[in-house]
Amino acid sequence: MAPRVGIDLVSVESVRESIDKHGDRYLNRIYNENELSDCHTPQGIVAERLAARFAAKEATLKVLRPVDEAIPWRTIEVVRHGAGWVEVELSGRAAALAAEAGLSDFALSISHEAGYASAIVIAELDLRNRRSDPIEKT
Amino acid sequence: MIEEIRKIIAEHGRLSVDVAGLAPNADLYHAGMTSHASVNVMLALEDHFDIEFPDRMLKRSVFESISAIESALNELRAEQPVS
Repeated sequence: MAPRVGIDLVSVESVRESIDKHGDRYLNRIYNENELSDCHTPQGIVAERLAARFAAKEATLKVLRPVDEAIPWRTIEVVRHGAGWVEVELSGRAAALAAEAGLSDFALSISHEAGYASAIVIAELDLRNRRSDPIEKT
Repeated sequence: MIEEIRKIIAEHGRLSVDVAGLAPNADLYHAGMTSHASVNVMLALEDHFDIEFPDRMLKRSVFESISAIESALNELRAEQPVS
């Protein structure tokens, strides 16, 4: 068993710009319904929270290490628990890629400050559990 | 089409260099485009060219250069002719 780590940093202003220019097309393309719900307050959507979730998706991709393969953003979901911590849940191709690589026990932490949001993802890599290794395919 | 792509990248790509000076096959990620900025580029391309990038094309190589974007747009325009 060995850990695999991914980290990402996202400009909150870039996310704000995406919302302003592309609105729901941007939101619904990238984020799941629950993620959008978690980012809403009575004052509206919070760009910092969205930026943290985008960073989490990118950090997860760095753990998954797809080889020029399309992994839809919505197949990587940040789930917020009542007490405030977050976890990452995979579905579809992201989940399949994790299984193929022998990756499990994903752990996530997110933060935002001073115009940037960051995320770090750690997963356990067990080569004995992997279903196949796309990199080694011929 | 190349010049239209350049204009969209200049507006949405948040590059650290002047897009006008980039070769068509220059790596946009090396030129400073982040993954999030590539989303904005993708959405702006969809608006401008009236196409939609399917999930299978949402990968790094499709947006890594002006030439790669042009190839993807040509492929999509053949698949999704404008009515």
